[in-house]
Amino acid sequence: MPKRTDIKKILIIGSGPIIIGQGCEFDYSGTQACKALREEGYEIVLINSNPATIMTDPGMADRTYIEPLTVEFLEKVIEKERPDACLPTMGGQTGLNLTVQAYDKGIFEKYGVELIGAKYSAIKKAENREEFKRAMEKIGLELPRSGFAYSVEEAVRLADEIGYPVIVRPSFTLGGSGSGICFNKEELERTSRLGLDYSLTHEVLIEESVLGWKEYELEVMRDIRDNFVVICSIENLDPMGVHTGDSITVAPAQTLTDKEYQRMRDAARKVISEIGVETGGSNIQFAVNPQDGKMVVIEMNPRVSRSSALASKATGFPIAKFAAKLAVGYTLDEIPNDITKYTPASFEPSIDYCVVKIPRFAFEKFEGVNSTLTSQMKSVGEAMSIGRTFKEALQKGLRSLEIKRFGWGADGKDKIFETELKSREDYLAFAAQAPQDEALKDEISRYIAKPKDNRIFYLKYAFLAGMTIEDIHRITHIDPWFLVQLRQILDLEKELLAAAGDSGKKKTLLKKAKQFGFSDRQLAFLWDDKESAVRAFRKSEKVEAVFKLVDTCAAEFKAYTPYFYSTYEDEDETIPSDRKKIMILGGGPNRIGQGIEFDYCCVHAAFALKEIGYETIMVNSNPETVSTDYDTSDKLFFEPLTLEDVLNIVDREKPVGVILQLGGQTPLNLARGLVENGIKVLGTSADAIDRAEDRDKFKKLLDKIDLKQSPNGIAYSLEEACRVAAAISYPVLIRPSYVLGGRAMEIVYDEAALKKYMAHAVEASGEHPVLIDKFLTEAVEIDVDLISDGKISVVGSVMQHIEEAGIHSGDSASVIPPFSIKPELVSEIIEKTKQIAKELHVVGLMNVQYAIKDDVIYCLEVNPRASRTVPFVSKTIGIPLAKLAAKVMAGHSLKDFGFTKEIVPDHVAIKESVFPFVKFPGVDIILSPEMKSTGEVMGIDENFPKAFYKSQDAASAHIPEKGKVFISVKDGHKEKIIPIAKQFHELGYPIVSTRGTAAALNQNGIPAETVLKIVEGQPNVADLIRNSEVKLVINTPSGKGPVLDEAKIRSLAVSFNIPCITTLNAARAAVSSLEAVKSSGGLDVKALQDYHPNLKIAGSNPAGTIERETMNR
Amino acid sequence: MKAYLALEDGLVFEGEGFGAEGEIFGEVVFNTSLSGYQEILTDPSYKGQIVTMTYPHIGNYGINPDDAESQHPWVEGFVVRELSPVVSNYRSEMTLDAYLKKYGKIGIQGIDTRKLVKHLRDFGAKKGVLSTTERDPKRLVKKAKESQSIVGIDLVKEVTCKQPYAFKEGLLEGFEWGRANQKIFKIVAIDCGIKKNILRKLNQHGFDVKVLPASATAEQILAEKPKGIFLSNGPGDPSAVPYLIQAVKGVIGKAPIFGICLGHQILGQALGGTTSKLKFGHRGGNHPVMDLATNRIEITSQNHGFVVDVDSLKKDDIELTHLNLNDKTLEGLKHKKYPLFSVQYHPENSPGPHDSDYLFDRFHELVEQNA
Repeated sequence: MPKRTDIKKILIIGSGPIIIGQGCEFDYSGTQACKALREEGYEIVLINSNPATIMTDPGMADRTYIEPLTVEFLEKVIEKERPDACLPTMGGQTGLNLTVQAYDKGIFEKYGVELIGAKYSAIKKAENREEFKRAMEKIGLELPRSGFAYSVEEAVRLADEIGYPVIVRPSFTLGGSGSGICFNKEELERTSRLGLDYSLTHEVLIEESVLGWKEYELEVMRDIRDNFVVICSIENLDPMGVHTGDSITVAPAQTLTDKEYQRMRDAARKVISEIGVETGGSNIQFAVNPQDGKMVVIEMNPRVSRSSALASKATGFPIAKFAAKLAVGYTLDEIPNDITKYTPASFEPSIDYCVVKIPRFAFEKFEGVNSTLTSQMKSVGEAMSIGRTFKEALQKGLRSLEIKRFGWGADGKDKIFETELKSREDYLAFAAQAPQDEALKDEISRYIAKPKDNRIFYLKYAFLAGMTIEDIHRITHIDPWFLVQLRQILDLEKELLAAAGDSGKKKTLLKKAKQFGFSDRQLAFLWDDKESAVRAFRKSEKVEAVFKLVDTCAAEFKAYTPYFYSTYEDEDETIPSDRKKIMILGGGPNRIGQGIEFDYCCVHAAFALKEIGYETIMVNSNPETVSTDYDTSDKLFFEPLTLEDVLNIVDREKPVGVILQLGGQTPLNLARGLVENGIKVLGTSADAIDRAEDRDKFKKLLDKIDLKQSPNGIAYSLEEACRVAAAISYPVLIRPSYVLGGRAMEIVYDEAALKKYMAHAVEASGEHPVLIDKFLTEAVEIDVDLISDGKISVVGSVMQHIEEAGIHSGDSASVIPPFSIKPELVSEIIEKTKQIAKELHVVGLMNVQYAIKDDVIYCLEVNPRASRTVPFVSKTIGIPLAKLAAKVMAGHSLKDFGFTKEIVPDHVAIKESVFPFVKFPGVDIILSPEMKSTGEVMGIDENFPKAFYKSQDAASAHIPEKGKVFISVKDGHKEKIIPIAKQFHELGYPIVSTRGTAAALNQNGIPAETVLKIVEGQPNVADLIRNSEVKLVINTPSGKGPVLDEAKIRSLAVSFNIPCITTLNAARAAVSSLEAVKSSGGLDVKALQDYHPNLKIAGSNPAGTIERETMNR
Repeated sequence: MKAYLALEDGLVFEGEGFGAEGEIFGEVVFNTSLSGYQEILTDPSYKGQIVTMTYPHIGNYGINPDDAESQHPWVEGFVVRELSPVVSNYRSEMTLDAYLKKYGKIGIQGIDTRKLVKHLRDFGAKKGVLSTTERDPKRLVKKAKESQSIVGIDLVKEVTCKQPYAFKEGLLEGFEWGRANQKIFKIVAIDCGIKKNILRKLNQHGFDVKVLPASATAEQILAEKPKGIFLSNGPGDPSAVPYLIQAVKGVIGKAPIFGICLGHQILGQALGGTTSKLKFGHRGGNHPVMDLATNRIEITSQNHGFVVDVDSLKKDDIELTHLNLNDKTLEGLKHKKYPLFSVQYHPENSPGPHDSDYLFDRFHELVEQNA
């Protein structure tokens, strides 16, 4: 069927900030949808609050609204743009939920907007557990036994009927929020209470546990003619009980006979038809009882998903792109397969390799969090790897995770409880002793019985301790097929160990070892040699990586899209061109501290370099991203970002240079190794990177340009640390010498705290020293992004943080332009930043962080690379900084683009951070130097209060229009809270406080009701929160220490979805924004294209220049 | 145990043998199905062929008694990237390795199967030899060159049943749905290497099936007084079974006919068309076929090296009903006057998707109309 001509303008809803359960995959799907529909001539209106996405680039849609994803703002956008249709299936659960809410309010009807892709009824049927259950019964498919509960009592009654363990699944939530497995009544009461609260419909499903069953997923597509295809089948290594987002998953399914597989396919077809997804993609999850093959349906998502992104990358079949085309009326046979060109999309991909996805966790960031994996997702990102066999893919996947592992152990990083295997000798000793150690065996048995983030490694230790496949299967229910694969790796490892020193044996084992996915680093460990020596040996033996194509068809047809993975076989399929090539290294899996912002930069680099005639080669291992879309670069290598893997590609492709500074810290860590191997690093040199990272060199640099640092010192022992801290005086900021994302960084207020810290800091940094800085209390923090071509430097923006210095910059709200700093200080900061750039010979991007205290500027750190604020700044000032950076690294000058002066926008943009606390009940939400946020949103408007209000709304921290405000601050803040509380009072908010704060307020004529602290008895503040009597919590922490009461209040507020402000500055901003919004009578929406009317959209401009009428300063 | 696979054009692979030892010849082809190796091994249409599986992990779920399409494996040899050392499935009773050993079939693993597949794709299916006894590449290539081609060779007589028999067995319980036709008609199925699931499907869809050997004449077929005639799949070149074409010519118009795969090609020839060999054939479970009557697409199970030439068919008599969307080859036809139709692909699946089950209903309707 031809495409529809009765619709012209389509609204796409994005997924908002990156949170646990919603990563970059929706940027990938949304970007694909925008591209696919614009290609067809539709006008695209986009709403998404996340500035770090490619999809919110002004070039991706015709009208881009970076506005909160709330019904209120959605309606405003619809009212203004009057789209004919809305595609709600690209924005994850957020997009679907928003659609349902807006539909229920009659908004689509009111403005005559048609839902395409998935109708309201289909969304409801798939998302509402009861309707879904009925639908499945109707088509004769089984679900685990279950029932709905609307109260905790009902939940308990149901569980008694079904029998424990049961699974609690709240209706209408995201990433399984609030769901969990309960083995007893007590757990059930707790979980169902939370679940009822998370559910938009206040409803939870109590379900028979199918723990230990095999788990599968099918990614399917359907078109308007009822044509149906399965794109990919996925089998989980972790059996039922672990959220699929937290499971190691494998494509295709491994242990189903064709009969069983086709039964599942039939079931999937029935499900999508019955649910009524007329066009597009869905994923359907199944559980299969390994004893008798009984199959039950677990759930279906009537939209593209994390799994569909994975399936797209795993097969080369772009589900979101085609889903968008199907939504406007095309049928599958009318869409050509991009990869084979001459065959249609109406087929089922066949693959001739094995794909493994491994989740990336960040438990180390959250003190006290339970790291046992459950049906609620906890991972923050994922890596995908491709190998010809599962063994190869698994080992590649583990070294893609950016957890400093180089495969399935034997990499010098093995740690069995407290025993570390740092050397070959350690390993041999352990392997010899472990089988006799019954206590160890018991301990391992107990450990692997519960799924954990590092269980995959403990499976190996279980083998080493003499456990058999049967033992491990019995304990973990992991399918024997997977366990045998692991066993094979271990068996070869033993042979490799034994071959050390015997070069003949080594030679015979070498190729097999590489085929089993062993990295050179592992071989070096097993052979007690250097990694570089192994590499040289390998090359001399001609055991080198070959690259094979991902082609959707298992080589049946010629493929035209250069999407590669490495393996060790006979034939290499790359055809290096003689064009000039630049290689871009991506950022690997999402984790806290390194997320979508860097992918944004890498994608921009690929676009930019294409524009100026280079062939671009992208290397990355993150399946969620736009960078790993084969459309983004000329060649895509889906590979781990380790030196070995990158060098293999370089050997083959011989690029003129490599861009490291856009992919975050991951590629930067490879700088030294690449340079040593004679590879040219484009842009800022590796030496300059070193100068900014090395403490002494950095100090010299700052001295040279007369920039202050806060007093600091270095310590190698506890005694020394105490001495240094005393000398520079408390409070001090203390951190291991080489850290990422503020890992293990802490502010300590006294020696006792310092001692406590030192106990675990040493663990965080190995033998490395700790750095101790004087902590600048209540200083203003500033972030600066700069671009330089080596001659001219331009500051992209100076950003002022709302939170004071001491809170990780990635967790702070950041404002453009600065709102309370003297202009001369801003000028000085710009000047100093440029001097640093000049000193470091920066070519490309650089980020500098400053603190201002008492009008004195202190330099906190310099990062000679793209920062996570680059997309935020780019969208605020209307200049694609990452694109320009790529071009200057390739030799262009900033003058070529007419970007030579700073731009100060006449609007205000605020980047607010978004946190995963809701997934970690009980964890204190207090902000610190350790970064904890997973994503960000942007609020943009004509002034600070309005932009702030939007940023809070977008971050799901909606500031309530009315209701009680709970205020409790530490003693030092009692005075400063007065004017803030006064404003709340004047705006009509009743205030309730604990004794101390209430007294302070009352003394100052602000009426405040007193409520008991938790420790003081009941009813107390916790009850107020539980009963939703309080609508906003303002609570500033009194420093680390015995602050349990406070922490409980804060985490409770998060659990009950009550906004909780923990800094005075944020409280001040909140109340001022309320005032402004109230007085101006509401907020308006404005497209990015209207903020930057004179900007020729990047990407549509082959010369790559920026045309802007005025570069106002 | 080392094993070698050599092609007539000089390409040689060294790998590890499994299954039986020895040396065998065959046409080297590939199949892109991700699952269903047991059905493939036991499909008589693979007689004369060495089959390469494109998916690297094979043998994972073992061998079970239900999934066999015939009594024993028919492939000449089996090529995989990696044989699973264990089986993991509740229905499994034997490993793939043991199964091939039991039936004297040679397997090879550990070779760059993708390289082999690309070669076959680019240069066409090749004669080859799989050996665990001969290690000299040159001699192996020479042997492959000198081996018999399957073109013009009657392989049907190797796989057809010796004696007529009645078949009565329903679908495997729990794996397929579909309505059972209540009205039962007696039909004859000509066994050119018929897959068991075809017979099961025919039963389930309301047919009482008498299976006749491929050597049956028109008279013998009609003597059964069938309400319909089914022409089965089978191995090799349709031109090599003139006797069957002759027999089919004799029954056209006398009873409704339904042909699958080789049966389709035989019917094509009987209707005056010609057949030719595809470069590397269609073997897999993912080919899109459009039913030109409804414009619906079905994902089909395919296994054929020969094809009916579209242009050879008399357009006045014959309607093209199904088209392969990948390469636009003919996938189905029907006669404008006589009650007969056929498809090139495998509506009985096994392995493969169940999308094309409706064709058995279509046959039932046709038989009913003409009864």
